[in-house]
Amino acid sequence: MKKLGFSAGMKAGSSIAIGYFPIALTFGLLAKTTGLSMLEATAMSILVYAGASQYIALNLLTTGTDPLLIVLNTFVVNIRHFLMTASLNEKMQSEKKWKKSIYAFWVTDESFSVLATRKEEKLPTSFGVGVMLIAYGSWVVFTAVGHLIGANLPAFLQVAMGIALYAMFVGLLVPSMKGNRKVVMLALLAAVINCFFYWTQILSTGWALLVAALVSSITVEIVYANRAKRKGGFV
Amino acid sequence: MGSWYWWMLIGMALVTYIPRAIPLTFLEGKELPPIISGVLQNIPYAILGAMIFPAILLIKEGDILFGLVGTVTAFAIALAGANVIIVVIGSIAILSIYSLFF
Repeated sequence: MKKLGFSAGMKAGSSIAIGYFPIALTFGLLAKTTGLSMLEATAMSILVYAGASQYIALNLLTTGTDPLLIVLNTFVVNIRHFLMTASLNEKMQSEKKWKKSIYAFWVTDESFSVLATRKEEKLPTSFGVGVMLIAYGSWVVFTAVGHLIGANLPAFLQVAMGIALYAMFVGLLVPSMKGNRKVVMLALLAAVINCFFYWTQILSTGWALLVAALVSSITVEIVYANRAKRKGGFV
Repeated sequence: MGSWYWWMLIGMALVTYIPRAIPLTFLEGKELPPIISGVLQNIPYAILGAMIFPAILLIKEGDILFGLVGTVTAFAIALAGANVIIVVIGSIAILSIYSLFF
């Protein structure tokens, strides 16, 4: 088997780059109409690099919200990353802390998903960085392009490309589901809980995701631990 | 925008970075209890489930059928055993054709 390195990572991350393309393009465009300069818009993508929070920030800027509140809101939206990076830590090879503190900056919902669903027991740092950098490059470059050209894709393509990241999530999840009841239960339970939060509007999106994933992961783990105990051994 | 914008960006950058960096660095080299480790290894699949639903159904505002077509397409291609990039491009292609005709 080929060693997993940086370029294998770039290849594995290319679907993220495709998925980010229309979102970053639209972000650049919206930032322009909000009154941000190209430098200001691109700097947000370079420094913050969090899609949902950036969109919300634009929205809040137009309504003249206190910048401090925008920062606070950004934090709340991104709390879920505590859970993702704790989980990702189980998947990445042991590495010097300063290196991990650098690549931590590039962990997004998408790069996390691509890395955490890999079949390998442990992933080399270089592979992880490859996945993360192609995604980051797409996000930053297309933010600038969106602002520069100030126009969007043809409407039909723009709408159709809205499926990209979700299709990627499906493409990552389905192979793991095949022949693995535990994975099916995990995904299904979390999906049902998240839908419940969405339709009842009890929790905002960021919290809903966090709670749904935690409740599902803990519940399924307990079910499997009990099952193992009853059988008197490991599953 | 004024200089406050740049202070806001620094603030946003910090509060985004902290939740990404703390677990990865603090947990390095630490052996977690098996139950915690088990839960953490479950997280990716649970989070994927929650990130897909209901959002995938809502990709076109006010048109849940569009989302449904996309959902079925993505799952069908993935179940057929195609790799991720084919699932992504195939879903975009089908939805492009769909929105050109409907």
